[in-house]
Amino acid sequence: MRAAPLVEFDVRSSLDHCIKCTICESACPVATVTELFPGPKTVGPQAERFRAGAHSPDTSVDYCSGCGVCSRVCPQGVRIAEINSRARAQLKAERGIPLRDQMLARPGVLGRLGRPVAPLFNWAIGNSAMRLLAERTVAIHHLAPSPRVVTRTFSYWMGRRHSPEARRKVIYFHGCSTQYFEPEVGKQVVAILEHNGFQVIAPKQDCCGLPLQSNGIYPAARQYVTRLARQLSVPGTEQLPVIASSTSCGLMLKREGLEILGVDDEHLRDVSRRTYDIFEFLLELHQRGELRTDFQPVPLTIAYHAPCQQQNQEIGKPALDILALVPGLRLVELDRYCCGIAGTYGTKREKYEIAMRVGEPLFADIQDASPDLVACDSETCRWQIAKATGVTSVHPLEVLYRAYGGS
Amino acid sequence: MSHDVIVIGAGMAGMAAGVRLAQAGLDVLVLASGQGGIPLAPGVIDVLGYAPQRVGNPIAEMGGFVDLHPDHPYAKVSLADLAAAVDWFKEVTAPLAYSGSLQANQLMPTALGALRPTALVPETMRAGNLAAGGDLLIVGFTGYRDFYPSLVAENLAAASLDGAGSIQARAVEVGIAGDPRALRPQLLARSLEVQAVRASLGRAIRAELAHERAVGVPAVLGLEHSHEVWSDLEDLVGLPVFEIPTLPPSQPGLRLMAVLTRALRRSGGRLQMGTTVAGATASNGRVEAVVVDQASRQMALEAGHFVLASGGIGTGGVAIPPGGQLRESIFGLPLAGAPPDGQPRYADHYFSPQPLDRVGLMVDAHLRPLGPGGAPAYSNLHAAGAALFGATPWREKSGDGISLATGFRAAAVILEGAG
Repeated sequence: MRAAPLVEFDVRSSLDHCIKCTICESACPVATVTELFPGPKTVGPQAERFRAGAHSPDTSVDYCSGCGVCSRVCPQGVRIAEINSRARAQLKAERGIPLRDQMLARPGVLGRLGRPVAPLFNWAIGNSAMRLLAERTVAIHHLAPSPRVVTRTFSYWMGRRHSPEARRKVIYFHGCSTQYFEPEVGKQVVAILEHNGFQVIAPKQDCCGLPLQSNGIYPAARQYVTRLARQLSVPGTEQLPVIASSTSCGLMLKREGLEILGVDDEHLRDVSRRTYDIFEFLLELHQRGELRTDFQPVPLTIAYHAPCQQQNQEIGKPALDILALVPGLRLVELDRYCCGIAGTYGTKREKYEIAMRVGEPLFADIQDASPDLVACDSETCRWQIAKATGVTSVHPLEVLYRAYGGS
Repeated sequence: MSHDVIVIGAGMAGMAAGVRLAQAGLDVLVLASGQGGIPLAPGVIDVLGYAPQRVGNPIAEMGGFVDLHPDHPYAKVSLADLAAAVDWFKEVTAPLAYSGSLQANQLMPTALGALRPTALVPETMRAGNLAAGGDLLIVGFTGYRDFYPSLVAENLAAASLDGAGSIQARAVEVGIAGDPRALRPQLLARSLEVQAVRASLGRAIRAELAHERAVGVPAVLGLEHSHEVWSDLEDLVGLPVFEIPTLPPSQPGLRLMAVLTRALRRSGGRLQMGTTVAGATASNGRVEAVVVDQASRQMALEAGHFVLASGGIGTGGVAIPPGGQLRESIFGLPLAGAPPDGQPRYADHYFSPQPLDRVGLMVDAHLRPLGPGGAPAYSNLHAAGAALFGATPWREKSGDGISLATGFRAAAVILEGAG
């Protein structure tokens, strides 16, 4: 009973479906707080008509945070955020890419450079004089949240252990953040999957290119995502699910590499179809009656924020469904579009204040809920929320890990 | 994991059904391909405005109206259903303090200065009821492109009240904080939530007052704290203040959507936006699941009951293939009211009666869409709102009432176990 779409359309031609209803402008978290961004319809479906073979009419599209809310709320299916991402890339290609954006767009490089000198690197990140210097020299806001690098990466830990042989296997795509900044998340993913009877394979892997894409650096982003798709296509594992614990990077594999970057690659198409967000995967297990539910009570109040890139996967809020199974847990659903950080957006000197204003309603809801913890699937959002509210912010996996008896 | 009910569509019909069912303790998932129509509309509830003359008392008019239009969606609900739906709506939207009744339409000024006969309005518009005339100051903001006070004032002054009084209206523009080139309704709404900004606006308006008895302003009096912004402005001005709808995005519409979404969530229901329902699976005369598009796959979502509130042609509920037969988009249900093949689908003039005006689903007394044979297509599928055959909401000014009443009724049918 599947109705085929009447007309297949690509990203750009979807703008012909815009009826100028402005729903996207009223939902846009950025246009609602600053005059500098005229709104997704204005810089997207409207300005796009002036861009064919010509320069962008203005530079305001660079104030788009890329959260993708516009595409999600559009009732007509216009790929607004995708049009705007491409327009930004065109702008950057014409005007050059600042050193700052080149740096922020390569978390893997930062991690690799920072790791051997982690104490120094982390001291510099926490030192206000160094941060002011960084703000003046490379325009990274001195108050912006930033992670600490670890001396032992996730792959170092994973390489020294052996995931017990099991009939059912999965590929784990951990991403740069788990590798260099939060290896605990990866260890919990592995523990939870193994507890449910899966053997976890984590092939050597590099950055997915998402930060490059959101900073408008498309050629490198295409190389990165194509390389990653090959790295994840381990021979003999062609049918296995690929599990992602970073929501935005998972979306890069699922859709953005193909749709926004326009990568035409067999490996990427294949990996795209079998990539799952970790909670999406666990919920499917649960629906088949295969998820272990030997939970211990977790007597905590947890406020859950579904990050924008998680919502853009169009999978609902599976973390809420799974955490609802945990006894003793009091869950508060935070129903806001965006925390403001949008990957690297809110770390930039000229955008930090905007990002904080975007996040204000979410931060206020968190203060109202006065939770023990905030749970949020995306790393940069966790850092932003923790910094802005002072409430410890964890991946919802950590809560599940505790429920399974982990500590 | 199967839901009790999946509602397709987050406009007035879908939200009414979804909230009502969630309040009754059912596990409800509302799926919407995008933000529904509520934020596009002015946030008032039209029940019956023209039949075809301007209607003063909708409930008194309804009997005769339904007799004349036996296939109209209002013929599928009783007057008691409609009244119950309206009472329920007022209760659910209590934070916005809707007022009005089915016995007397209010005449509310539009952005063009026309008079809109409507049943319910939020408190921020209450003083704008011009059914008995008025002496008004219409205030615009310098540089704001979505609202033209002199257009409103001049048209209002020329409007007819059928001898019930007269309208005097005078237009002024005042300055407001912010870059005039960047005045947008959502920025204005947010900035007026700051006390100092509205204090300065209040003083500016007060300075312009002469003999007027009420003040109309564009509908940007806050988003999350509209009660505070509005009542504060009334105190500052010293007269009743009312909002006049602007071009979309509509702040009163956004407020209403926010209140309904919160009511849904508080009752344990969930709204999943950006989810396109691509198809469905069925067996033994029952819908088993809807198939939704995800970022890189499709997924089947199961439920015991389904409410189809996907709207009509304007919102994709009805697909019009070039040259092909019109069809309901998800289940491929037959549509009534479509012109036969080869007959024109469009009339020459925009405001003429259009051949596609009333296209929609025929339903039985339980709001179940009929299949090709004339019997209900599925025992657990119910339709509500603009998806239904037989109405011309923009001409009748009946869209909100139809959606509210049929959405509420669909919920009642499911709760009664008729599915």
